[in-house]
Amino acid sequence: MNSLFEYLVRLGDDSLILGHRLSEWCGHGPILEEDIAMTNISLDLIGQATTFLEHAGKVEGKGRSEDDLAFLRYQKDYKNLLLVERPNGDFGVTMMRQFLFDAFRKPLFERLVNSKDEQLSAIAAKSLKETTYHLRHSSEWVIRLGDGTEESHQRVQDALDELWKYTAEMFVEDEVNQNLTENGIIPSMEGLKEEWNATVTSVLDQATLTIPTNNWEQHGGRNGKHSEHLGFILTELQYMQRAYPGMEW
Amino acid sequence: MESADQIRQYMEEVFDPEVPVLTIVDLGVLRNVEVIGDKCKITITPTYSGCPAMKTIEDDIIILLKEKGIDNVEVELVLAPAWTTDWLSEKGRIKLKEYGIAPPENEVDKSVLFAEPTIVPCPRCDSRDTKLISQFGSTACKAHYQCKTCLEPFDYFKCLK
Repeated sequence: MNSLFEYLVRLGDDSLILGHRLSEWCGHGPILEEDIAMTNISLDLIGQATTFLEHAGKVEGKGRSEDDLAFLRYQKDYKNLLLVERPNGDFGVTMMRQFLFDAFRKPLFERLVNSKDEQLSAIAAKSLKETTYHLRHSSEWVIRLGDGTEESHQRVQDALDELWKYTAEMFVEDEVNQNLTENGIIPSMEGLKEEWNATVTSVLDQATLTIPTNNWEQHGGRNGKHSEHLGFILTELQYMQRAYPGMEW
Repeated sequence: MESADQIRQYMEEVFDPEVPVLTIVDLGVLRNVEVIGDKCKITITPTYSGCPAMKTIEDDIIILLKEKGIDNVEVELVLAPAWTTDWLSEKGRIKLKEYGIAPPENEVDKSVLFAEPTIVPCPRCDSRDTKLISQFGSTACKAHYQCKTCLEPFDYFKCLK
């Protein structure tokens, strides 16, 4: 197995699937500004996915382009976190999912900037600037909704309770990460979870939300074992290339 | 074949498709021009990862150089070093303001909903009494503001460092 390819696919798939989820809000946002914000963030994520998957294709060396990887892989070959394929739910669920993810992505990219793989380092540096904006946006909405009305508080608390079990998967270290760390291609991820915890605790505290005490962890995405939701996403995402192979316009 | 300096001057004729008053030179999107033998290599960098203008810019460069009689052109897209609004030229800032888009203030925006957002003067009446409507505007590189003096809603080219 090519660890760097596998790792880049994970990063690319997280961006692609969450970007796709956010794009589903286009025309359905609660207010115009948020509609635009979510599609802006979606665009950043899909842009990141393009660069990660393009690089993955080159590292693999089998001539697959970013489009081939996005449009022609089956569900089990997708390696995104289960968290990012969760349905959008209401605006509170979407913002909570985004916040839990952004709080992980920012310190992750801060580390990957120091990757010995030049292109990975460049993508991380570029994405970090965008992710900083995303995290600010999602944090402030979590605080506003959590510390808002009784209704909004309850909805984001429910969202947090529902999504919490999917967060542990972000920090799994398996042979892919270990190989890359041992070979010095990616830096050590020491302190990543603690940093995420600190951000999450601080924001949830300001939002008057309670961190769930149930620590059941749901894993699967990193190994290609997905929930039924991914199938529906891919059906829509890949429709054109599946129905009209090689189509261009 | 023209010199790299001559070709660099030609690049002043390639405009950003989304902010058509700015050239790719004003924006800092053009990173390098090289003449290698009978080939011309142009290096560009995106403002944001998902910037949909990059493909159009690449096509525009190739078409323009073809018109100038240069057929052997390679356009390379690089990500490092990552683009920053510091690369926006002084001329570009003036053109932006005249076009009705507030140029980036030299300060990274801190807040979306809370705290004091960056003070951005209105490009129409220069009032500093403006408010942030949304951190995300009509394109990835802009935020949405409104002037409380003349009521003009305007785009702000947000600071990215």
